[in-house]
Amino acid sequence: MKSHSLFVSRNSLAVLLLAAIAVTSCGKKAPVIRTPPPVPVAENRTTALPAVPGAPTATLTVEPSSITPGQSATLRWTTTNANDVSLNTGIGTVAASGNRTVNPATTSTYTLTANGPLGSTSATATVTVAAPPPPPVTPSRGGTQSIEQRLQAELHDALYEYDSNNISDDARAILTANANALKIIFREFPNASVNVEGHCDERGSAEYNLGLGDRRASSARDFLVQLGIPADKLKTISYGKERPTCTEADEACYQKNRRAHFSSGQ
Amino acid sequence: MKKTLTFLLVAIAAIALGQSPTITTWITGSGAKPALAVIDFRGAGSQPYMDKFNATLFGDLNGSSVFDMRPKGMYPLGNPQRPEDLRTEDNNQGFALPDWAGAPVNASHLVFGYTAAQNGVLVLSGWVYDTRQANAQSAQLLAQRYVGTLDEAGAIKVAHEFANDIIQKFGGAGSLLGSRIYFISDRGAGTNNWEIWSVNWDGTDQKPLTRLRSLSIQPAISPDGEKLAFTTYAKGRPRIMMISPETGRELPFLNQEASMNATPSWTPDAQRIFYASTASGTSQIYSAGFDGRGFTRISRREAIEVEPKVNPKNPDVLLFVAGPGNQQIYRMSALGTQVQRVTNGEGEASNPSWHPDGQHFAFSWTRGYTKGDFNIFLADAGNPLDFVQLTHSEGRNENPSWAPDGRHLVFASNRTGVSQIYTMLADGSQVKQLTTQGKNRSPVWGVK
Repeated sequence: MKSHSLFVSRNSLAVLLLAAIAVTSCGKKAPVIRTPPPVPVAENRTTALPAVPGAPTATLTVEPSSITPGQSATLRWTTTNANDVSLNTGIGTVAASGNRTVNPATTSTYTLTANGPLGSTSATATVTVAAPPPPPVTPSRGGTQSIEQRLQAELHDALYEYDSNNISDDARAILTANANALKIIFREFPNASVNVEGHCDERGSAEYNLGLGDRRASSARDFLVQLGIPADKLKTISYGKERPTCTEADEACYQKNRRAHFSSGQ
Repeated sequence: MKKTLTFLLVAIAAIALGQSPTITTWITGSGAKPALAVIDFRGAGSQPYMDKFNATLFGDLNGSSVFDMRPKGMYPLGNPQRPEDLRTEDNNQGFALPDWAGAPVNASHLVFGYTAAQNGVLVLSGWVYDTRQANAQSAQLLAQRYVGTLDEAGAIKVAHEFANDIIQKFGGAGSLLGSRIYFISDRGAGTNNWEIWSVNWDGTDQKPLTRLRSLSIQPAISPDGEKLAFTTYAKGRPRIMMISPETGRELPFLNQEASMNATPSWTPDAQRIFYASTASGTSQIYSAGFDGRGFTRISRREAIEVEPKVNPKNPDVLLFVAGPGNQQIYRMSALGTQVQRVTNGEGEASNPSWHPDGQHFAFSWTRGYTKGDFNIFLADAGNPLDFVQLTHSEGRNENPSWAPDGRHLVFASNRTGVSQIYTMLADGSQVKQLTTQGKNRSPVWGVK
């Protein structure tokens, strides 16, 4: 469109217009001066060349080829000699050439299929979806597990010496971890309460062990309260030696039974 | 006085056995027991039931520990069935009292009689004669008729009744007739749960009293047999529940607000109970009315205290168990004063059970054994260092409780591998197993 020769200059056009007005105003019908239609400009495209009949061709690219979940990528494709072009993965028939935005959740390979009178061909492109980063180390997803499941999975028994309710160093570490877990659990189960159960091994009398188990439960409860667990969320209950976790008559089993155990109070 | 004399008699034997003499004397009695010959009774129209009858009669008399039971193998062949059969002289054939008084029987008293089916019922006629009386009329000590159903149960019933009368006639505290034992059983209770059950003193008529399907433990029958207190988790945390043993119905009982109210026991008048509660923090002794009202704290210590047991003769005195540091038996006044340890600090001691005399008590103790290996002991509350051991590590033996006759004890033992209920005489003899099904423990002996 830069060919000046094809157009009258602005100045000459103004002269022509003034001349035309002068003529008209004289009452005489002046001949209409027509600007010749522009010559079509040849487009600067190679595809503008007449297609040579032959086998279909297909190209498919994706940009970017690697994404993280939630991001999208653009598929671009071209085909020749095809009268039926389709993309798989549920997209279906598409134009002979085009682009399309996709956001796959996992690594996906797209296949472009071009069918023409003289056969068919296909091209593929793969979008790599990076694995999601690991979740923060929180115990588990709230709402999917009952509080009892959470307590049994995340809290551990604090163990005691024979005829004692003293919190040992080991028990201190366990109760501290339990307190941290309880804080999260109570956030997710704001109306929950937890039983702090006191248990004993089988050797002392059943009656005395009821009193001893109560002391164990109380000492564990008091320790958790010191670490910021609300006292009204914790209910002590002594089972004495009535609910053992094992029944072998050896120290390994006795030790397992001398415990503060945590269960749902709901 | 009598006690001092008998002390001298048995002191040598007792020392030889390594046991302290006084408590042994108390257990074995005066040593001058009536020597009883009990003829096998026969039945007219009731003979099929007589084996059971004779076994029951002999068993009750023997079990009372009131008598020196003369062995049947020494009896003469002739056996009187009624006073009309007696002669003044029979040349050792058996129809004269001297035949029984002399060697080899050496019986001081003869028990004889018979049963008969009469008008569709079983009638027992029973007599007790003093064999050393020359005159048969003055020799008659007891003559009684009893009526039962015409079946084995009826025969057993009249045998128990006759035995009871004989024991009382000789100054025994009565037989065990009609008394029942309350205990806990896992039968029908669900996993790790216990129900309250009861059984006749002889092992018959076992039945559950509760169907709470919970942890229900520590039964305590009132001295009059009208109420049963126990500890149950039926409402979550351990609470005392009161029921009528007759109907099984729950009676009102006010529990203190506490993580634990447990180990109830009764005052002799059945008007109040003592129990352990954590209402003030650690487990301490409280008392309350039988409806739980008017509770007051008795002990004020930092110890773990359970199992208060009121002296049956002096309600101002309690035994109880305290720890930590080797649980031991202590005593104190009903006001919580004058606390002193009763057991000597060895091993672990628990389950004090007052004898009806208010002087002696049975308990379980690990003295001489490893932790948890409890045996039944007896001690004199006035001199608790004077004790005797009744079981000898045949499994774990716990929860002794006195029969109303003061001669028998019931206890729990796992000597067969599973805890069951047993009775025995106060000297540790005549051990009888009452339960065989399921697991059973924590027995207490009630008057009915």
